[in-house]
Amino acid sequence: MIFGYSFGDLGSILAMQGFAGLILFSVYVLMALGLAVIFGQMGVINMAHGEFMILGAYVTYLCSHLFTAYLPGLFAIYFFVAVLLAFAAAFALGLLVEWAMIRHLYRRPLDTLLATWGLSLVLQQLYRSIFGAREVGVELPDWMMGSQHLTDTIEVPINGLLVMGLTTIITIGVFLLIYRSNWGKRIRAVMQNRTMAAAVGIDTEFVDRVTFGVGCGIAGVAGSAFTMIGSTSPTAGQLYIVDTFLVVVFGGAASLLGTIASAFSISQTQSTIEFFLSGSMAKVLTLLAVVGILMLRPQGLFVLKVRR
Amino acid sequence: MTGHSDDRAPASALRRRLLQGMAALPAAALLPRAARADKPATAAVNTTGLAVTDDTVTVGILHSVTGTMAISETGSVEAEKLAIDQINAAGGVLGRQIKFIQEDGASDWPTFAEKAKKLLVNDKCASVFGCWTSASRKAVLPVFEQYNGMLYYPTFYEGLEQSKNVIYTGQEATQQILAGLDWIIKEKGAKTFYLLGSDYIWPRTSNKIARKHIVDKHGLEVVGEEYFPLGNTQFNSVINKMKLKKPDVIYAIIVGGSNVAFYKQLKAAGIDLSKQNLMTISVTEDEILGIGGENIAGAYACMKYFQSLDNPNNKLFVPAFKKMWGQNVVIGDVTQAAYLGPWLWKLTAEKAGSFDVDKIAAASPGVEFKGAPEGYVRIHENHHLWSKTRVGRARTDGQYDVIYETAGLMEPNPFPKGYQ
Amino acid sequence: MTARFFLRPQDLLFILVMALLILVVLPMSLDIFRLNLVGKYLTYAFVALGLVLCWGDAGILSLGQGIFFGLGGYCMAMFLELEGSTPEATKIQSTPGIPDFMDWNQITELPWFWKPFHSFIFTLFAIPLVPMALAFVIGLAMFKRRVGGTYFAIITQAFAAILTILIIGQQGYTGGVNGITDLRTLLGWDIRPDHAKLVLYFVNAGLLLACIVFAYWVRASKLGRILVAMRDREDRVRFSGYDVANFKIFVFCLAAGLAAIGGAMFTLQVGFMSPYFVGIVPSIDLVILCAVGGRNSVLGAVYGALLVNWARTTFSEDMPQLWLFAMGGLFIAVVMFFPGGLAGLYRDHLEPALGRLFGGRAPTPPGSPETVTSMVEQPR
Repeated sequence: MIFGYSFGDLGSILAMQGFAGLILFSVYVLMALGLAVIFGQMGVINMAHGEFMILGAYVTYLCSHLFTAYLPGLFAIYFFVAVLLAFAAAFALGLLVEWAMIRHLYRRPLDTLLATWGLSLVLQQLYRSIFGAREVGVELPDWMMGSQHLTDTIEVPINGLLVMGLTTIITIGVFLLIYRSNWGKRIRAVMQNRTMAAAVGIDTEFVDRVTFGVGCGIAGVAGSAFTMIGSTSPTAGQLYIVDTFLVVVFGGAASLLGTIASAFSISQTQSTIEFFLSGSMAKVLTLLAVVGILMLRPQGLFVLKVRR
Repeated sequence: MTGHSDDRAPASALRRRLLQGMAALPAAALLPRAARADKPATAAVNTTGLAVTDDTVTVGILHSVTGTMAISETGSVEAEKLAIDQINAAGGVLGRQIKFIQEDGASDWPTFAEKAKKLLVNDKCASVFGCWTSASRKAVLPVFEQYNGMLYYPTFYEGLEQSKNVIYTGQEATQQILAGLDWIIKEKGAKTFYLLGSDYIWPRTSNKIARKHIVDKHGLEVVGEEYFPLGNTQFNSVINKMKLKKPDVIYAIIVGGSNVAFYKQLKAAGIDLSKQNLMTISVTEDEILGIGGENIAGAYACMKYFQSLDNPNNKLFVPAFKKMWGQNVVIGDVTQAAYLGPWLWKLTAEKAGSFDVDKIAAASPGVEFKGAPEGYVRIHENHHLWSKTRVGRARTDGQYDVIYETAGLMEPNPFPKGYQ
Repeated sequence: MTARFFLRPQDLLFILVMALLILVVLPMSLDIFRLNLVGKYLTYAFVALGLVLCWGDAGILSLGQGIFFGLGGYCMAMFLELEGSTPEATKIQSTPGIPDFMDWNQITELPWFWKPFHSFIFTLFAIPLVPMALAFVIGLAMFKRRVGGTYFAIITQAFAAILTILIIGQQGYTGGVNGITDLRTLLGWDIRPDHAKLVLYFVNAGLLLACIVFAYWVRASKLGRILVAMRDREDRVRFSGYDVANFKIFVFCLAAGLAAIGGAMFTLQVGFMSPYFVGIVPSIDLVILCAVGGRNSVLGAVYGALLVNWARTTFSEDMPQLWLFAMGGLFIAVVMFFPGGLAGLYRDHLEPALGRLFGGRAPTPPGSPETVTSMVEQPR
């Protein structure tokens, strides 16, 4: 008997807790990836990241209503359509924002931060005016809300599996995009040396715009996915934004690998402590550990070697 | 900044409200002259310089319509406006029509204090209906005491407070908790409990009371107690723990956006609320809108009002509310408690024959409201309400089936002996 | 006035105008309720002043100034709370003599870090020093390793988030989400009545003017010039033999200290302190005050604080929903179109016009448009 549990129980605990940690890890990666793409590749912080996520969530909400009303037969798979639409909507809004705002501020990264904060206020109020101040319930098909029995004592939630699957796809997609495609070459060229990139004929403005759009689009997907596990309201973006920033900061902000490593370490620490202590203490201890490490290594876990 | 009640309504509801206002006009015009001359002189009903004229009396509404708390507080604003409209249509208070000034607390407590002060000092509001969270009440309480205002506070809350300047129209913790626990222990034979809560004063105090009741009064066992930061969205670890401890009852006091995450993840983890007993005191019909009825169906909620309540008052109240604010709105416990505020104030003012705050405060104990949608309420000497406590079971359509109610009214006891 | 005096005649004139406004015009024209509100706005101006030095001059954007404002406020609130929690006043509690929220959380003894706050002298020192110590630690860790710019900004923001969760979670020690409320007396003097509010307003305004003069002095000193040089061409300053990090740490601490004074004055004038201020949202709101007023102008920041908050109060009384659009729009507009803020508008448009009007040559101030441009368009 350890901590009052038998050994058989401990085995299941280990399995299920490991799984809970993996779900948390996926959630963190999904939240932070969009922000990290934008920041890592462009040096711009998008403070409206949470609101882009909520845009994805509202798109999912609208989709569920449209499918109930017009295509009830296909309701079981509406979610996949919603994820694509969420990406498209957030991507489009991202392009618009980049065109109208961000591109004028590339030489002033600190000001971008303030301008996007202003944008987040506007978006929040916009959602409130359109969808009302109350939370909306996003109805999901039954098959997505159950759990899968592996053994008598071990069962895994299906929505967790979906989040993990989505995260894997998006992460692989982003890696392929940035490190294996022509487009990625351009992005990296612009990031490393804007002037030279322009000199060899890369349309840097266009690259910036699409990169920003992709980052926002990923946020939209994240928002869509989180309708499975969280709430949808005008201000729900703020629930995620703190964790998102921590993951990105801790990971070293400039590196996608760092973001993933940081999401992994924070989520595992948190879900382990959470199990043995309580939720509130786990959060505090995890945060303190993050702060302590940031004090010793303020650049985060992974840093690009650049001269400052 | 004073406005007639109509010009403060959201644009969507404006026309409807104007129409209602017009419908009320002929009734007022038809009143016999004598009846109108009947009303007491302003100097007699208002000796302290409140905003009272020969025809109107001004009150304040103070809730968050922006920020995170707007999710919860919207219903309260709607209920208070409905009550004011109905009172005006019925002839007002002491012969005077109620005008209201609405201020936005913006979900931050310093702003609540600032706006409360504005309503009292600048606008001389005869009473204020407002606040939702404990923090906002704590922030405005000194203001109300210093400037001698009257606050009608609608939310169920942790107790440990009593003020001459506040009427608490929601239940305090013992009223809400004890009857529900007794019921689930008796009916379901519950022996073990797992207490959960968001990490702030209300859930912590409520769980403290619940624990004392379970352990000291019933001699049963609490197998776990845990708190989560406000806004927490990950509950998988605690759900795993509960699966292992297998408590007879999960007692959950989780608030806000966390609620949605908790119930969705609970369902996803395969915990079936039709088999696993779960009792909550924080999920009203309003919250279920966000959670989704299918995710919480089967859970027991313990509070004083449910929209599905079957009594003559409620049969009038629910359609009136829907007529004013749309067919899709739902009415939760706090919304109903907010609706009581203006009515209790009207009844008290008429009993006292005055708008003076001191007289209202003194006349409040014993005031009864027979038209309350929850049935019947009466103000206790400690400025809380006597009310029944009920247990409802969540249905998939987002409503509750009322399955139990206390035989008599529960006495409010904000400083419960033996529970501290 | 000697030639070496750090205030130029025109600075002196501007400061006098400001003094006239906050010491005479506003108190004469506003009732005590509105004056108390202005007093509250002016406490934010302390933060904006600090941001002018730290952000405008040195180019360090801190999105965590709310932390220091909050800590200063909490120090003051702890003293006031202890003064109010005498054993007589709290005799209904299970443990008399400790703040009521501790009693509710089953704490039976005053925690060690509360004890020194029985002393007023200690509190007066703690108000600026506690936040400055925290700023020092953060600054040391960050600037010594050459962390700056956007990354520093989000780290400060992460700190704000962490501290908020800590304060709310440890409610037995901090009052939790409710904050420390219902503060009544300072050394036996009731801070709630109108005449007390009036006195506090003038104390606050006087302190602010002193801080303004201090800020001018800092900017005119060699330190101030090094800060600006550092912002525009950090490596050159470093190559000239200066330890850039030390200057950054110093100015960051200075800004923290100023914010803390504002926080303490806030607690006194409003009568409570809330963890709300430590969070992310107010910290960013405080930055916008500075941006609207003009990040390069000490007085501009004060006008910005007054104007934005006045607009917030007015708008939110009339049309709360619109306010968020207005506020968001303000953020975007200021950043995109008027990076110099009000002060920049004055310098670019009003001052030349005034110069022409009076026939004289318009003086070229040190923070001329070139400075703004070079500051905001430094290469990343």
